[in-house]
Amino acid sequence: MSAFLASNAELIITIVKIALLLFIVLTVNAYLTWFERKVVAHMQSRWGPHRVGPHGLLQPLADGVKFLFKEDPTPAGVDKFVYYLAPLLALALALTSISIIPFGPNPIRLFGHDIYLGIAPPDLNIGILALFAITALGVYGVALAGWSSNSKYPLLGGLRSSAQMISYELALTMSVVGVLLIAGSFNLTDIINVQAKHPERGILGWNIFPQILGFICFFIAAVAETNRVPFDLPEAESELVAGFHTEYASFKFAMFFIAEYTSMITVSSLCAIMFFGGWLSPFPASWTFAHYLPSVILIPAGLWLIWDGIRYETIFGKIILPGVGTVLTVAGIALLIPNFQFVNEFIQAPFWLLSKIFVFLFVYVWMRGTLPRFRYDQLMAFGWKLLLPLSIMNVILTSFVILKWGAQ
Amino acid sequence: MTPQLLIFFVLAALAVLGALSLILQKHPIHSALSLIVVMVALAGLYLLMGAEFVAAVQIIVYGGAIMVLFVFVIMLLNAGIEEHTSLSKFAGPPGLLLVVALAGFLAATIARSTGTVQAAGQTGAMSSTKGISSMLFRDFVYPFELTSFLILVAIMGAVVLAQREKN
Repeated sequence: MSAFLASNAELIITIVKIALLLFIVLTVNAYLTWFERKVVAHMQSRWGPHRVGPHGLLQPLADGVKFLFKEDPTPAGVDKFVYYLAPLLALALALTSISIIPFGPNPIRLFGHDIYLGIAPPDLNIGILALFAITALGVYGVALAGWSSNSKYPLLGGLRSSAQMISYELALTMSVVGVLLIAGSFNLTDIINVQAKHPERGILGWNIFPQILGFICFFIAAVAETNRVPFDLPEAESELVAGFHTEYASFKFAMFFIAEYTSMITVSSLCAIMFFGGWLSPFPASWTFAHYLPSVILIPAGLWLIWDGIRYETIFGKIILPGVGTVLTVAGIALLIPNFQFVNEFIQAPFWLLSKIFVFLFVYVWMRGTLPRFRYDQLMAFGWKLLLPLSIMNVILTSFVILKWGAQ
Repeated sequence: MTPQLLIFFVLAALAVLGALSLILQKHPIHSALSLIVVMVALAGLYLLMGAEFVAAVQIIVYGGAIMVLFVFVIMLLNAGIEEHTSLSKFAGPPGLLLVVALAGFLAATIARSTGTVQAAGQTGAMSSTKGISSMLFRDFVYPFELTSFLILVAIMGAVVLAQREKN
């Protein structure tokens, strides 16, 4: 047994990592729906979910159970194989793309193995290309779902989405070329490390400043790729009922749902990694006091949760909320203790990356609460006539600057 | 049997099965899906040989862009199940002859090759992005530019055809 463990250590570590990341991503997905509903509700002066659990925190669980136990009818005349394949494809590809993202520079030393945060090996040469390859295949989930449903609204939704994704994929790919030229590598870790070339510059060393044009193109194209507001034409409910997933119910619908939220997380991570320094701190390297920021956030958040929980109406909330608050406060205080400084140093990188991802997820939700949907011809004209030329211009400009003054 | 060889055979079988299914499927969408399977399996084979860049580009360009266009057109035309026709009289004999010739050529090449079957990683120019780009833009720059020109002409032709229809 131990010999088997020793010879297949890499394999076992990877499988454990996959299971762990899957669990984390699916949980984050569930709570992302809660977060989105809550934020959009507050933007519209509503309460949002607040019945199931304290502050509606158990709503994702209730939703999940509902998805599992709903009747799952198969409409008449569907192409069975493709109809079942489409949600599987969408979910599998969305989840695969997360595995390319590195979440921290330093490995954890465990059982004599260096375990990196992130499933793909840190020296994956084609990091960003692999991600684009997976997103390129992601179109099929939507297009095939629309086609196989044997219904007019899904077909129109599927057609729209394939046209939209083909159009915006060009701009998406072109807009990152500037970053790749600066980094001289497709490797995501290299792209982050290039932004740390001048540790004293902190936030000023990030790619966002030379590549602001590229970032704007990238973010808009990425939102269009993930079919989110204001580019959610494939599922425009006022025109197409629910677009490509109209004929899907129960867990097959949930699979599309999870795929969409997972791609949101992937895109947010990509934005953070390529333009906002990934796991780098925005402060200059000499500001070591900035390392206490996780505690500064955790302790007040925990104390507020305790205070809020004591006043909560239900008994369940009176127990759960202060409990979570106590855990957060204790964790925050523990990070201040000198004996745990190595833990504090270790979590700096993941802390910053996750904070940046969270900010971009908030922007996604913010846009959903703010912007109206595009018209279809506007969408096409915007993609082809504005976004693509802009991103090509960015490539040419960046190339000239690098030729003249060199990268950095 | 090394894991590499095992993966090689799985991917190779997948590619061949996909290609067969492409021909035998009755519905255009199923044929297109089979072709995607072939493309992805080929990308896997490239990856196995250490040509990471080629593998990624294979999926992005062929698996992504071109096949999406295929599927898109099939969906747009709403093409139904093809009617089964008997073998064409003119295409039959030359086709069979071609099959025999190709099989013979492949068998001869395999029989003459002395190296053992291996799925080892490539190193050097073919594997790295830098190697491929310097090959493409230095050694083969004229064929490369000519191909680009050909594609440009094709694009302009398509635009002209579409414009004429409008008027």
